[in-house]
Amino acid sequence: MSNVSVRKLCITLGGNEIIKDLDLAVDEGEFLVLLGPSGCGKSTLLHSIAGLIDVSGGTVEIGGEDMTWADPSERHIGMVFQSYALYPTMTVEKNMSFGLRIAGTPKAEIARRIARAAEMLHLEALLDRKPSQLSGGQRQRVAIGRALVREAGVFLFDEPLSNLDAKLRAELRRELKLLHQNLKSTMIYVTHDQVEAMTLATRIVVMRAGKIQQIGAPAEVYERPANLFVAGFLGAPSMNFVDGVVDAQGRFSGCGIALDVGAGAGQPVVLGARPEHITIGEGGALAGTVALVEPMGNHQIVWINVGERQLSAIVNDTRSFALGEQVRFNIDAARVSIFDKATEARI
Amino acid sequence: MKGARMKGERMKQVSKKSGFTPARIGIYAFLISAALFFLLPLYVMLVTSFKPMEEIRLGNIFALPIQFTIDPWREAWSGACTGVSCEGIRGGFWNSVAIAVPSTILPILLGALNGYALSFWKPRGASLLFGILMVGAFIPLQVMIYPLVRVLATFGLFGSLAGIVLVHMIFAMPVMTLLFRNYYAALPHELFQAARIDGGGFFRIFAWVMLPMSLPIIVVAAIMQVTGVWNDYILGLVFAGRENAPMTVQLNNVINTTTGTRLYNVNMAATILTSLVPLAIYFISGRWFVRGIAAGAVKG
Repeated sequence: MSNVSVRKLCITLGGNEIIKDLDLAVDEGEFLVLLGPSGCGKSTLLHSIAGLIDVSGGTVEIGGEDMTWADPSERHIGMVFQSYALYPTMTVEKNMSFGLRIAGTPKAEIARRIARAAEMLHLEALLDRKPSQLSGGQRQRVAIGRALVREAGVFLFDEPLSNLDAKLRAELRRELKLLHQNLKSTMIYVTHDQVEAMTLATRIVVMRAGKIQQIGAPAEVYERPANLFVAGFLGAPSMNFVDGVVDAQGRFSGCGIALDVGAGAGQPVVLGARPEHITIGEGGALAGTVALVEPMGNHQIVWINVGERQLSAIVNDTRSFALGEQVRFNIDAARVSIFDKATEARI
Repeated sequence: MKGARMKGERMKQVSKKSGFTPARIGIYAFLISAALFFLLPLYVMLVTSFKPMEEIRLGNIFALPIQFTIDPWREAWSGACTGVSCEGIRGGFWNSVAIAVPSTILPILLGALNGYALSFWKPRGASLLFGILMVGAFIPLQVMIYPLVRVLATFGLFGSLAGIVLVHMIFAMPVMTLLFRNYYAALPHELFQAARIDGGGFFRIFAWVMLPMSLPIIVVAAIMQVTGVWNDYILGLVFAGRENAPMTVQLNNVINTTTGTRLYNVNMAATILTSLVPLAIYFISGRWFVRGIAAGAVKG
């Protein structure tokens, strides 16, 4: 009932075409994350699904009904905003019940739903407080509660954790994931934070300049990025790119790196290798010098100069490296990505 | 922490040493003379209003009253003659209240509604409408008096309470709209979007979400409007009609009565009585006023 589908969507704001001919289908119970750099149109897309922005073309269907021109309140959605957007003059309880009171829901039903949401989000003790008396994390919990009590088919999240500090963000991220596991509702979540995208999503939609670059499960998007943009956007430190060519036998060579990749033939390519797929060790086929070491506690990132390129490698033990030290390393040829230099698409 | 405190102490010492410089004396001399310049007329008015007429005729306008009397005040409130009737400016006071209350509440509500519609619903041509409204604010109201008289006369509102309230409302609209539009523009737009998703319509969001948040700016608007309406003379004179003449018009009638001797003490008392309401509002709400303006300007 609560699947969302967007067809041929066009959005023009102030004369600029933000989104053009975008198609997207969200399955029932899915946690879909719209990921992309700021200004890529992900929030605009979410707002158009919510009905807060008028579309200039295409359709938005929610629960099998055409909702393109429906009022936001008629779309069976709950939404959580980055700035929480709590009504400052109302108590937590009144904030959560506002929509229900407008809809004329019976008092007993309102009380039941608020009790349920308050229990899920640990808000029981805060129901009589005003938003100004709450911390950032509590405010966002109330905002989530306000969406929950609507018992909507679809929940929309617009960068809900961006205003919180790192620790709270991790905590609420876990709570959101638990919430989704319990409710099994459809959720659409906008973020520019790849960690949130990787941990929460059942599917990630990577967007750039109003266009969808890739849709897939987090592991798939991470392991097999569809193009150079997706490859570079996901992962920290980001994927290592090396320009080169692939010969007829599928052997890549460029910048002093030679590798059997078994893909492509005779064209200029970009080789992409994740830092964790570069292993430093005696007997490695490739060589370089250590330029920088970043200890991260449970692992360390070693930057290696190879020719004029610098590659990052993740080392999962506490070996120590000296600056300028000659090291040998291997690149896991089975897990590298090869992109066409001209089209930037995966080969 | 410690460094900062030490620095603070040292700064305090420095300012203590330099407490009485010539520059500072100059500043105080200027401020005191400026205050005297503005307070002197008020002093003369107060002193005169408590003197009997014989004392006033002596001509020492700065002297304190020898024979202290509150009769001029009583006379001004309930006995002074305005033309034929001798009922003081009491009637004018209540007329002014009757004009000021609706002329404050209605423009604020309408201005808030305008500002809300302009900042959140952004109807087509909103900025053009707002521009036209602002142009209205810069046209001197004297220009519009005659056409307005004709319009009100056509609708049978000329010389009535409803007529004068309507005129005040029209002239208040640009400033009220500007005030509320800017206040609402500073509020997070997501708040409005959240209310839309919660199912609020145009009026419901206004009444339940926006108005309760507008208290600081409502106070500012109310102070401006009450003071403006209370101090108004020309609109009251032209549009209110004889029965509804506000206090300012009555005061003018009292002072300009040509029959008999000029009762300076009664005139002074009547003038102070008339200006008492705006004065009281400033004293009571001065702090609110500043707070409201600052709140509107900085965080909303």
